[in-house]
Parts: sequence; structure tokens; C-alpha cells
Amino acid sequence: MRHVLRETFSGLKRNTSMVLAVIVTMWVSLTLFGIGLLAAEQVDLVKDRWYDRIEISIFLCVKDSTNSNCETGVDTSQADKDAIEAALRANPEVADVFYESKAEMWEEFKKLYADSPILAEMTVDQMQDSFRVKLVNPEEYMGVVTAVSGMKGVEKVQDLHQYLDPVFNWLNIARMGTLGLSALLLIAAALQIGNTVALAAFSRRREIGIMRLVGASNWYIMLPFLLESLLAALAGVVLACGSLAALEKFIIVDRAKEELPSINWIDWPQVQVSMFWLLVVGVVLSVIPTIIGTRRFLKV
Amino acid sequence: MTEPAEHAQIFPNPGSTVDVIRFENVSKTYKGQTRAALSDIDLSIEKGEFAFLVGTSGSGKSTFLRLILREYLPSKGRVYVAGKDLTRLRSWQLPQLRRQIGTVFQDFRLLPGKTVFENVAFALQVIGKSQGLIKRVVPETLELVGLADKGDRLPEELSGGEQQRVAIARAFVNRPKILIADEPTGNLDPATSVGIVRLLDQINKANTTVVMATHDATIVNQMRKRVIELDKGGLVRDQAKGVYGY
Repeated sequence: MRHVLRETFSGLKRNTSMVLAVIVTMWVSLTLFGIGLLAAEQVDLVKDRWYDRIEISIFLCVKDSTNSNCETGVDTSQADKDAIEAALRANPEVADVFYESKAEMWEEFKKLYADSPILAEMTVDQMQDSFRVKLVNPEEYMGVVTAVSGMKGVEKVQDLHQYLDPVFNWLNIARMGTLGLSALLLIAAALQIGNTVALAAFSRRREIGIMRLVGASNWYIMLPFLLESLLAALAGVVLACGSLAALEKFIIVDRAKEELPSINWIDWPQVQVSMFWLLVVGVVLSVIPTIIGTRRFLKV
Repeated sequence: MTEPAEHAQIFPNPGSTVDVIRFENVSKTYKGQTRAALSDIDLSIEKGEFAFLVGTSGSGKSTFLRLILREYLPSKGRVYVAGKDLTRLRSWQLPQLRRQIGTVFQDFRLLPGKTVFENVAFALQVIGKSQGLIKRVVPETLELVGLADKGDRLPEELSGGEQQRVAIARAFVNRPKILIADEPTGNLDPATSVGIVRLLDQINKANTTVVMATHDATIVNQMRKRVIELDKGGLVRDQAKGVYGY
């Protein structure tokens, strides 16, 4: 064991610059990977929160509606309203349906715009009767939209998805980009470790040859290399975890939470989970290239 | 009759302590070559024997030795060493096999940065022997090879003969059952060579089987040991108390 430790440290000393290169590559790529993971968490948090509140609004015809589902000059008839409500209630994607009359909407409007000059120019007749629909699964909304949007008496189906989806699509692209970039960097880091180990093993090939000849086990021969790359990788993991912690503390906790408290921000538990994954990825990406890098010298 | 049963009849106990090395109709053809490096070799070397392996370059001596070390597997036939069928040995069992075989080469293969003591101790360290045992056994072995007072020298400070003695000490320090020497005197002058072979003889008398590949006719003729001669991969002579040529 003493021999193994001595070999490990002499190896680390001998390849200082290579080891530093491995540590820095690991650090940067793992940090990026961690950011990617946290970004994904953040997107999910925001999405859950927003999508949970989303309801579909089905606005019914008023006298001056021009939509082809509407009869000119009249509001949607009670029979049409009943038909629409029945269709909504029959739809399996619908969790709940509320009816909001013009008058109720007007009350709501007056509350919202109490201090605004707009209120003076509006009347109750400019409001619209509507159905508000809660969905079983906020992501499954297209079925309801298509089911009712062609019905008689429906002027317009409004759902926030059409505004939110592009935002989330872009966020998704951004997070995929981060993860993809970090994957490339991680591959580079793994290759770098493989090369470093292969070079180190090559420079010790005489010793390895003799070790094999006198019957040292492969495990024993490989252990110093394994410890060497593991230590380098762990240093990278620690630095990357530190970077993530700094990000959470200085950007999320100190700035973002203060300035945008209405949004659900990622918290320490999510950061800890990401750190755990950094550790797993760091260990795997150092152990596997080491085994591959030394295998050639251990062949019998 | 099944093959193993037949085999059991001919060799009631292939793992017996009598045959420490046994080649059973062994042929070896290297990948990408048509000519066999060894063809149909069938012989055994008994426990405590001293055998010279002679023949010109390319006669198959090295292949013979490498098959004993299981650096290669035979293309045909079986090789038994210390009671183990090497063709059935798993790769994780190889270190155990190698611990029973000491090996010496023409080019010594010492580690240049380590002292004589450290070179010999290395062989024990890497198979996990205790520091206490190393401190006891290494000086003993250095004494045996006549280098008791040179433990703290570096290999480059020693003569060729002395370096080969270090290599022999390293090969013997774990008290292997078999010592394989591949042209151990190939780089040495005749007088020094005699000293090396005497040392191998001494080790052999301590009940270690010695197989020595050599070109050195003088030594073979002097020692009058068993001579196994290979030519173009075939066994052409196996003679007790033989000489180099006919």
C-alpha cells in the first residue's frame, strides 16, 4: 500500500502540468454540465408553476363579433352555451369548467384597472361571456382547443400556451446547448485523461514489465494510475461544485431572489443534486479512460 | 472414450510434482505467419532438473520459454507448468503462475533509478510482501549471489556480470519453483559467464528447476546437463548429460 501511494504521488509530481490541464478541463466542463442541470431544473420549476395556473378561456360571441361561428348582431344563445359547456364537460382532458358572465368579468375588470383612465371609457357591454377551463394535464391542451374552437357561438379560444411555448422552446434549446457543449468538453476531458495515463504508463513501461514478470496483479499495477486520475478528477469536481455554489449564492440567492421574488428559483437541494451528478460523472470519466489507457500495458 | 479420460490414462496426474513443466504436442504459429515457431513439441522437465535449451536463432527457444511464462498460448497442444494447464488458466490467475517462475534475460532489465537492494526488493514489494520479510530475505539473497556488500549501488555502477547477478537475485528472491534464463550469458565474457552458470547451478541444487536457453557451447559442454535442442521449431535432440553439438 505504501508503494502504491508513493507511486501515485511521484506520478502526480512527474506530470504536474498534465494533471493541472486535466483538473482545469474537468473543472470547466463539469461546471458547464452543472449549469446545464440547474438550468433544466429552473425551466421545469417555472414551467410547473406557470402551466399549473394556465386555464383556457373560451370567449363567446357578442353583438359585434365578426367571427364566422357567430351570428351577427346577437350574443351566443343559451342553447349554444349549453352545447359548448356539455362538450367541455365531456372532454376527458378537462378537469373543471367555470362560466364567467359579462357582469362578473366587468367586476373583475374594474378591480384590475381601478386606478386607470381606461376604466372611464369602458362599459359592461364591452365585456364578453366566457368559459374558463382547467385542464387535467396543463401540457395536453390542443384537444380541448380544437374540440371547441369550431363550435357555434365560440368567438375565440385563448390559451396562454401559444405565448409560453415559444419561450420554453427557446429555454429548452439553451439548456440542450449547455448540456451538449458540456458533453463535448467532458469527452475532451476524458480523452485527455486517457492520453495522460497512457503517457504515464508508457514512461513507466520498464517497471510495469517487471511487475508483470514477477507476478504483480493487474489491479496492483493499475492502482497508482487510477488514484492519480481519480485525484485529478476529484479536484476538478470540487472546483466545479464550488463554482456552482458560488453561482447559487451570488446570482440566485443574493440577486435573482431579491429582484424577481415572484419566480420559483432553484434552491440548495437542487444544487446538491447537481453536485452529486458532477461527482458521479467526474469519477466515471476518470476511471474508464484510465482503465482503457493502461489496458494496453497490462496485456499478457 | 472422451478426450480427458484418455488423457488421464496417459498422464495419471498431470499436476504431479514430478513434471514441473510439461509440453504436450505443442505447436505455435504466430499470427500472420505460415511457418510454425514450434511444431509438435512433446517433453517434460522434472522437478529439480537443470536443462539447457539450445539451437540457432529462430529455432524456437524464445517461443518455448514464452509459452512457459504464458506470454503466449500454444496454437495446438497443452502446456502444464507447476501442475496448471496454462491453456485453461484465466488471466487473473496469471500473476499466481508468474510468482512461481523467476525469469532472467540477456539484457538484465534492472530499473536504473533504483539501488541493487531496491531492485531486488521491488519484486517482493509489488506482490505485497511485508517490509519485515523484505528486510530479511533481500540481504540473504544478495549474499547468495555474492553481492552482499553492493546493496546500495546503482546498476550502472556494476559490471555486466554483477548486474546479471542482481537480476538473478531478483528472479530468485521469492524462491520460485522454476527459474527461466533466456541467454543469461549472452552479453558477458566467458569467465564471467562461467560464474553466472555456477550460480544458476547452485540455485538448481536448492531444488529449483532451471531452464536456460543459450548459444554458449563451452558452458553446455562443461556442465554436462540435459540438453534440449530445437531446430526450425522442431525437437531434434533431448539428451541427458549432453553436449552442445553432436
